[in-house]
Amino acid sequence: MGDLLRRALMKRPGKTPGRRAAAVLWIALALVALWLILHARDIAAMFAAFGLYLKQGYIVRALLVGTMVSLCASLLGVTLVLKRYSMIGDGLSHVGFGALTAAKALGYVTAASLPGFLPEGLRNGLAGLFAAIADSPLPFTLVVVMLCAFLLLRISERSSMRGDSAIALISTSALAVGVIITSKTSGMNGEVSNYMFGSILAKSSSDVWLSVSLSAVVLVLFILFYPRIFAVTFDESFARATGVKAGTYNMLVAMLTAMTVVVGMRMMGTLLISSLIIFPALSSMRVFSRFRSVTISSAVISVVCFVVGMMLSCVYSMPTGAGIVAVNLVVFLAFSAVGAARA
Amino acid sequence: MALIAMKDVTIAFEGAVAVDRVSLEVERGDYLVIVGENGSGKSTLMRAMLGLVKPRSGRIVYGDGLVKNRIGYLPQQTAAQRDFPASVEEVVLSGCVNRMGRLFFYGRVEKEKALNNMRLLDIERMRKKSYRTLSGGQQQRALLARALCATDAILLLDEPVTGLDPAAAQEFYDVIRELNRVHRVAVVMVSHDIGGALRDANKVLVMDRGMDFFGSAAEYRERFTEGKVSANG
Repeated sequence: MGDLLRRALMKRPGKTPGRRAAAVLWIALALVALWLILHARDIAAMFAAFGLYLKQGYIVRALLVGTMVSLCASLLGVTLVLKRYSMIGDGLSHVGFGALTAAKALGYVTAASLPGFLPEGLRNGLAGLFAAIADSPLPFTLVVVMLCAFLLLRISERSSMRGDSAIALISTSALAVGVIITSKTSGMNGEVSNYMFGSILAKSSSDVWLSVSLSAVVLVLFILFYPRIFAVTFDESFARATGVKAGTYNMLVAMLTAMTVVVGMRMMGTLLISSLIIFPALSSMRVFSRFRSVTISSAVISVVCFVVGMMLSCVYSMPTGAGIVAVNLVVFLAFSAVGAARA
Repeated sequence: MALIAMKDVTIAFEGAVAVDRVSLEVERGDYLVIVGENGSGKSTLMRAMLGLVKPRSGRIVYGDGLVKNRIGYLPQQTAAQRDFPASVEEVVLSGCVNRMGRLFFYGRVEKEKALNNMRLLDIERMRKKSYRTLSGGQQQRALLARALCATDAILLLDEPVTGLDPAAAQEFYDVIRELNRVHRVAVVMVSHDIGGALRDANKVLVMDRGMDFFGSAAEYRERFTEGKVSANG
């Protein structure tokens, strides 16, 4: 009896743990596929409902900006993940949150509330500038986040503090400052929740133009410097020895990441924007093993996940960022299954 | 004229001297092995030859047609590299990064150069393969092909056989010897594996922050094996 039990519990020959994990994942995927087939009518209805949303200007704007941002984030994500810098996106988004609330808070400053010893013309001018910043906070946020990206890189290169500790330090401080400013001005309201978790309604049309042009800059620079970015990502010592200014390219990637984070955080939310950077790259690396395939696959995954997440968010009124992350997670599991099955 | 000439080079980090007044010359066709204990400054010396660290005093002069940045470097591998998703082709081609000048992408010349070096090192048939699936010896060949893309004149190898099994290490030494003898590529190698590295070397430097010994391989053998004999007898 004991012998029988033991034999039943024993591992079957030829079934390695990886194989068994793959089998479990494949079964899970089959169940998902079955569910999708059974709900084909609902899915068709979802597409139809989304078609109606597409007649709305703000949805089209969000789709445009979101696609561009997803593309940028996924490309930068490949090099950031491989260089073990994935948390830089998370850190910068928290800084972005702090800067955004600070910009909004500047709207509460009036000429009368500025110190009296300043000349009246200056007070009026400052109040006007603050009102303009509060009205369209994106440029201000961009400058602050890019400055912080610069600082973060310098700290991790030059000082004895490790990169990840520096990121944690700066990001939590910025978050704390943001929360304090909010509670002292507008209070914790729906707008703050939108900053945290993202909203597709957050784009004004001037923001859209800034976002689209910034994303275009990121894309063009990434493509132009692709060979050099590969060299620096794969082997920084070798790249430096052959005269590539590795420091400059690290800085370029950090700046492009800062731009992407700022443009994407209103839609994805402070807490979720870094997933846009990390997930597509990680999913692609499960299956692909060449740098170019990983890069292209990341871009495709990122855009597809964004569009599907956006549809879910519109039709079932889910928070946009959370929906996109959920879709990304499903893709990651699927790619892991494929990768494990091939190994 | 020598490819690389160092004159009284001293390197210090935060006040501590890592390399103390080293003078040497590497000429075309040379095979220089640098040995020494951990912390003796041998890797730092190599990084100075590459221009990665600045000496506190002394001079490093490149000559005989060698341009700074046109040096083939084989650094020690990092953990992140071993499972990096890149094909052999992509890795080798990245050695041409110093030939691009102001251009943004690799041209036909660079691609041909990469292909020739893969043929030379007999890794052409695995050029589409992923770097992370290769054996340790094959990975070193890929990195060597990349280094050859960056140079025609001189290879700097930083502990290249560390982590290789004896057969792979021997094979690696054979490849280096062929490059040195047949293709007249100067070799500078930092190594712990004194026996293996010395077999083909013509110059030896023993580092102990300063220069403990610098001379021909024959002199080194004479000095150090005789020392052993007298100690035994």
